[in-house]
Amino acid sequence: MSDEMSKPFPKSAMTEDERYELKRETRIQVISFAFMIGLTIMSFLSVSTETIVTGFAIPFILLLGAVQFFLQLFYFMHLKDKDHGWPNTFFTTGLVLMTPMLIALILLLGVTKW
Amino acid sequence: MATATMTAKKEKSVLWDWLTTVDHKKLAILYLVAGTLFFVKAGVMALFIRIQLMIPENDFMTGQVFNELITMHGTIMLFLAVTPLIFGFMNFAIPLQIGARDVAFPFINALGFWIFFFGGLLLSVSWFFGGAPDAGWTAYVPLSTREFAGSGMDFYALGLQVSGFGTLISAINFIVTIINMRAPGMTMMRMPLFCWTGLVTSILIVFAFTPLAAGLALLMLDRIFSGQFFLPDMGGNAILWAHIFWIFGHPEVYILVLPAFGIISEVVPAFSHKRLFGYTAMVFATIVIAFLSFMVWVHHMFTIGIGPITNSVFALATMTIAVPTGIKIFNWLFTMWGGKLVFNTAMLCAASFVPTFVLGGITGVMLSMAPVDYLYHDTYFVVAHFHYIIVGGIVFGLLAGLYYWYPKMFGHKLNETLGKIMFWSLYIGFHLTFFIQHILGLIGMQRRVYTYLGGQGFDMMNLVSSIGSFVMGAAIVVLVINIVYSAYTSERITVRDPWDARTLEWSTPTPIPEYNFAQTPQVRSLDPWFYEKVHGDGTMKPAEPMGDIHMPNGSILPFMIGLGLFIWGFGMIMLNMDNPIIPPAIVIGVGFVITFGMMVLHSKEDHGYHIPVDEVKKIEKGVG
Repeated sequence: MSDEMSKPFPKSAMTEDERYELKRETRIQVISFAFMIGLTIMSFLSVSTETIVTGFAIPFILLLGAVQFFLQLFYFMHLKDKDHGWPNTFFTTGLVLMTPMLIALILLLGVTKW
Repeated sequence: MATATMTAKKEKSVLWDWLTTVDHKKLAILYLVAGTLFFVKAGVMALFIRIQLMIPENDFMTGQVFNELITMHGTIMLFLAVTPLIFGFMNFAIPLQIGARDVAFPFINALGFWIFFFGGLLLSVSWFFGGAPDAGWTAYVPLSTREFAGSGMDFYALGLQVSGFGTLISAINFIVTIINMRAPGMTMMRMPLFCWTGLVTSILIVFAFTPLAAGLALLMLDRIFSGQFFLPDMGGNAILWAHIFWIFGHPEVYILVLPAFGIISEVVPAFSHKRLFGYTAMVFATIVIAFLSFMVWVHHMFTIGIGPITNSVFALATMTIAVPTGIKIFNWLFTMWGGKLVFNTAMLCAASFVPTFVLGGITGVMLSMAPVDYLYHDTYFVVAHFHYIIVGGIVFGLLAGLYYWYPKMFGHKLNETLGKIMFWSLYIGFHLTFFIQHILGLIGMQRRVYTYLGGQGFDMMNLVSSIGSFVMGAAIVVLVINIVYSAYTSERITVRDPWDARTLEWSTPTPIPEYNFAQTPQVRSLDPWFYEKVHGDGTMKPAEPMGDIHMPNGSILPFMIGLGLFIWGFGMIMLNMDNPIIPPAIVIGVGFVITFGMMVLHSKEDHGYHIPVDEVKKIEKGVG
């Protein structure tokens, strides 16, 4: 039995629908990946070209970051899919724990250096 | 399944078998042995500390040695003694309690152990290369920077970094195991409480050891590669280290104490012969404690000067933890209430845990009041508080677990007479050592001072405290004697369930075959084994037909990867040694090649082997 475990299957056991779903999933992956690269390029451009004022660039980049964060987790890392309850729980827990921690750290440390 | 026996089992030598094992039961014993060795080492350090402090102006050791001893005592006890001991029990009990044949990733399990072990070794060899770390287990900067601390702190940063990796991957393994490997019918809310606390502890490790790894990496960059993260003169921030350390450090306390809670929640129902009172509330309280543990780290830094508003917020958050902990305490009391209590050593440890832990909790609430904390801060009151949590809570929990699971692990019980001698001497010695330290702290004795002047009212209390610590040391010696004595004289256990207990691990034959369950059991209730004894025919219903059992192959690679990381880490430390015999670059290179070379070797496919069904039937007949 152990020998056969390394061989590829001659024919897929998936149904037509499942294979269609898989193709659709691949397409979503590629599109979301390209979109995220686009977002990254936009954020870089908004700083480097100097045509955009700083007061606008910072919230703009933060907004792009938030969008990318959402895309990354839900589309690229499949959190939107069914049966991802546990990964969702863990990501949410991490966010809930880390957000107040980061805010507290930034507020508490401030700019004073010891 | 014609090729099922393709891996004919060769007889392995005992040493090779233990070095290459991926079996969770054997790894549990390895964890226990390694943890005990580190525990004894750190315990002897504690005795030295108490000898030094026994009389005023003692010159038993210098201040430098004293600093090294307190640093290593704290570091070893938390990272290298208690952590492996709880992992030992988790490794042994969790797969059995959820009805699994092994953990989800047996190879990763072995890897976690060996990386932890070599990390601990890296920290320990510091004694032979310019002295141990000496900046306290908290390693506060700027004291721990290169300017003030010797090469010992390099061993601290690298050794803990390596052993932290091991702990982290073991924790991930347990999360996956508990989520994916439960037997049919074993829903989350039917899991024994030890599995729940094991799961929550593993989650805490994942969320807490990552900040520690980041902090240690920054400290390493500062110390070895002239970084400036924590150097105020260079624009760094010294407070940042304290924040990072305690963001890890406070959850670490719960990482250690939650499994002890879990053990108590197994032992108390088993010897009260009653189901655990308020199971759902217990699970809920565990999760709430875990969540709150991340929201309170500033209470370790009240006197650092952050400001009254912040201090108040964190003081309130800290006091909140008393609520879920109180729920747990009352649930244990109500479990015992009206039960058919059996006070053997395991139950004595578990029952005495409850009042002792309450004492530690009360002083915890006292310390959480920020204005008063200015009074308590850095005195022996704090030392007494956390030893009540760690010795009175965790050590008694671990001992209860040891006496409880010992027959399943080694096939015989520990001697009860010696056990009771150990318990009473440890209990009395413990209170003698630490209760008086509350008062010492309140009358003004500082912690981390290597000596004190006579005639300040400290002399008598310090003497009493030191005598208590010798009694505790004697109790541990009795435990060691008990282990050896029982191995020779105790009657072998052949029954499945010597304690008339409740959970699934007691449904397996003793000694446990390497595959744990010949057929995966069908779980029908909370406390499944008790349910079958009372409502069924006293055997677990199988959830699958008898068949060939797929087992993982052993591997030496985890050991080698651990060794590689040890050499690599040691090479990094050598970068700052005065006259290294070998150029550090070569040592780093060798470690790198071993570590990643072994990973490449592991990429080869290995599907394990099968125990054929005839063999399984033969083994089951032999042990049943």
